[in-house]
Amino acid sequence: MLRTALLLGLVAAPAIAAPHPGETIYREVCQACHMADARGAVGAGRITGLASNPNLEFPDYAIAIVTGGKGPMPWFRGNLTDQQIADVISYVRTHFGNRYKSRVTAAQVAELGVPAPKGQDR
Amino acid sequence: METTGRAPTRREVLHAIGLMGGAAVLYQAMEAMGHAAESQFAGPPNLSGARPGASVLVLGAGLAGMLAAYELGKAGYKVQILEYNNRPGGRNWSLYGGDTYTELGGATQKVGFAPGNYLNPGPWRIPYHHRTLLHYCKAFGVVLEPFIQLNHQALVHSSKAFGGQPKRYRELAADWDGNVAELLAKAIDNKGLDSTIVAADRDRLKEALREWGILDKDMRYAKNLRTARRRGYDRPLGGGVDGAPIASQPFALTDLLDSDIGGIIASHMESQHQTTMFQPVGGMGMIGKAFGKQVADKIRYNAKVTKIDQSGGAVTATYTDVATNTVQTAKADYCVCTIPLGILSQIELDASAGLLSAIAAIPYSNSVKVGLEMKSRFWEDDEAIYGGMSFTDRPISLVSYPSNGMHSAGPAVLLGAYIYGPASYRFAGMTPQQRIAEALEDGAVLHPGRYKENYMSGATVAWSRVPFTLGCCAQWNEDTRKEHYQTLVAVDDRIVLAGEHASYIGCWMEGALLSSLDAVTRLHKRALEA
Repeated sequence: MLRTALLLGLVAAPAIAAPHPGETIYREVCQACHMADARGAVGAGRITGLASNPNLEFPDYAIAIVTGGKGPMPWFRGNLTDQQIADVISYVRTHFGNRYKSRVTAAQVAELGVPAPKGQDR
Repeated sequence: METTGRAPTRREVLHAIGLMGGAAVLYQAMEAMGHAAESQFAGPPNLSGARPGASVLVLGAGLAGMLAAYELGKAGYKVQILEYNNRPGGRNWSLYGGDTYTELGGATQKVGFAPGNYLNPGPWRIPYHHRTLLHYCKAFGVVLEPFIQLNHQALVHSSKAFGGQPKRYRELAADWDGNVAELLAKAIDNKGLDSTIVAADRDRLKEALREWGILDKDMRYAKNLRTARRRGYDRPLGGGVDGAPIASQPFALTDLLDSDIGGIIASHMESQHQTTMFQPVGGMGMIGKAFGKQVADKIRYNAKVTKIDQSGGAVTATYTDVATNTVQTAKADYCVCTIPLGILSQIELDASAGLLSAIAAIPYSNSVKVGLEMKSRFWEDDEAIYGGMSFTDRPISLVSYPSNGMHSAGPAVLLGAYIYGPASYRFAGMTPQQRIAEALEDGAVLHPGRYKENYMSGATVAWSRVPFTLGCCAQWNEDTRKEHYQTLVAVDDRIVLAGEHASYIGCWMEGALLSSLDAVTRLHKRALEA
């Protein structure tokens, strides 16, 4: 709960007129791994590049990963609202060389998203 | 002892054993009941009877991998380690002046610290009850020194309390105890506890509260020389004409609540933060170096594992030598794999479906650290803060003062940020320079006028961008423990996993080592049964 409150507060606080509602979320969350240019990176393992990524054509796929996590990437369901998740997916799908115009909605995230785990961290 | 026919309490049983059998019997009984033993460490493993020529491939030269290689090598196995980095230690790591670190995304830092100064990007303190780690530190000649966790003179800052003015931990902690004691005493006097505490205990509790909370004869926590002796004086005791002390005014309960001092006191109370704590002389990375010396002839550096096969009665790992960009293989009878799960999930691994889904199910947490080198030890010279840490509700969360080199001249390195949770993602998304700049702004609320002014150079590590882990630590929860933990730690034909991710002491070196000892013990058993 604390984590949720912190993250929401964090994302909401610096409301500097962002051109796209998903941009702030991308910058303050996703960029930590996927990089400012969304090109990902390679070390001992790989961080998926989101730039010009054909998988983004399918909103279901992006919704499943952002809500449920994948490999080292944690789930963000419960830390971000469904609206924030929809916004950031829409942002990535229309930026960084991606041109998928259809807007992802909070209703889609609610319907297709993986539920946040109920158990406590341990 | 009461004779109400109920079963005796554990305490009563222990008391009775103590009376009859003496302390040694009592200690054994306490161990059997799980009280005295704070670690599962039972000494180095007994791996006798290894078959001549049997071999083990260890993936990863972090502490878990190197301990596995050391113990298996001692038992007679032929051991080779493949390591992605060009150094031993993994997350056990210190950055020194002259070191270069390139994070994912390409940002490169050349660390400018003075000789002897360092940042521990990963582990930085050792609890006294992490017996496995302490055992091998002693065995491998790692010199330890005290790590100061709790410092009453250090500061607590909250943007919600005291108009943003930091206060001493000592004042806040003393006033917290005093206020709670006074309230509890009031509740007793108002008969609020009559239904829960018998009359005789009510009186005894009040006496205990009077002492614990320094309450006066009216059971009030008030401004006087007795409370000042704990929380500090307006004028301290001295000599000569003005030698008499002047008491100080305690803070109001509402301000204490705003300061979150309760949460900070609680964090010091956790068993892994209790006194005594240790750190290696010269930086946490000294442990990785010492382990590396023990297995130096076994490690192949710059080896990026891309495939692990266990067909044909052997384990074969395919790897790329990242220095020469050539693909090679290493083969052995068995394998201890310590590669962090987020990376292992991306490697082509020949294992059971259950193990593969366990590996894929565990995400990694993130955290960010910032080390700031300061011209002088102004926190010691000006404020008498020697080691320990100050807390803030700013994203940096704390500033930790060096426990080494106390009372010497500068320069010295502060831990200027230990960021976890959501703020760690925002910080990791910044350039190293931006992280350092914001850490300086945040830390300046604790030492205005001296913090930025004394700054010389900085270094920072964001774990989500660390090339060899892609994160900080395995993030288990109740559900994944139930569904995947036993599968993850089980020997899978010829492969067994080890590391902090395969333990219940997640994120601590002790977890990595205990996991490693358990893994090699079971792998050895498997090898003898083959």
